[in-house]
Amino acid sequence: MAIKVLIPTPLRPYAGKQSVIEVTAQTVGEALSDLVGKHPDLRKHLFSDDGKLRSFVNVYLNDEDIRYLSKEATPAKETDTITIVPSVAGGR
Amino acid sequence: MALKIPGSLYDQLRQHGEATYPHECCGVLVGEFDEAGEKAVKNVVVCGNTRTDSPANRYHISPSELVRIQREAMLASHDIVGFYHSHPDHPARWSPTDLAEAHWTGCSYVITSVEKARAVLTNSFLLLGQEEVKRFEDEELKVIE
Repeated sequence: MAIKVLIPTPLRPYAGKQSVIEVTAQTVGEALSDLVGKHPDLRKHLFSDDGKLRSFVNVYLNDEDIRYLSKEATPAKETDTITIVPSVAGGR
Repeated sequence: MALKIPGSLYDQLRQHGEATYPHECCGVLVGEFDEAGEKAVKNVVVCGNTRTDSPANRYHISPSELVRIQREAMLASHDIVGFYHSHPDHPARWSPTDLAEAHWTGCSYVITSVEKARAVLTNSFLLLGQEEVKRFEDEELKVIE
């Protein structure tokens, strides 16, 4: 069993049109690295030029935002699900 | 390309804007994409507006809500096809802030103008392009029986 990464609609064109991709990793950071290794076109949509996650990209390990865990160093195991959700905001 | 929505759900999202007036309402549109690129809304998910600091002219949906909605949609073999929010006493058109804060390309952003607590006009806009060169295009909103 591998870690499942749920891909949001706007990123699926860069992930082979898939909504779920399985990766192998010990941490969330490794999972994202495995993900962009498999689908290199995802990199610029997830990360800025300095290699950090773009500010509007939210990454959840199961039900928790990794910002409030150990960020990319957050440990991940095979039964975990990583969900990527871009922010939704706006206003007049 | 168009966004198709049942009349009952169309009414629901408009009424949400009336209920939260004079603050902006917000929520998620769950449904299906078809081969032709059209989207069919199957469910409207009412969300909270976390911008309690400026709710009259700003909205934000908690990412934790989005995660939950995304997972529930997938279990139902559906998808997030768009979002909606209201503009109290302001036109049903996207603002520079709406564009700057929009990141779900390929999805619909539905905006309802609400004047004196009454929903007036509802328009849909399709977000296109990549982050650095994104844009909104007017999108046909088909209200179906």
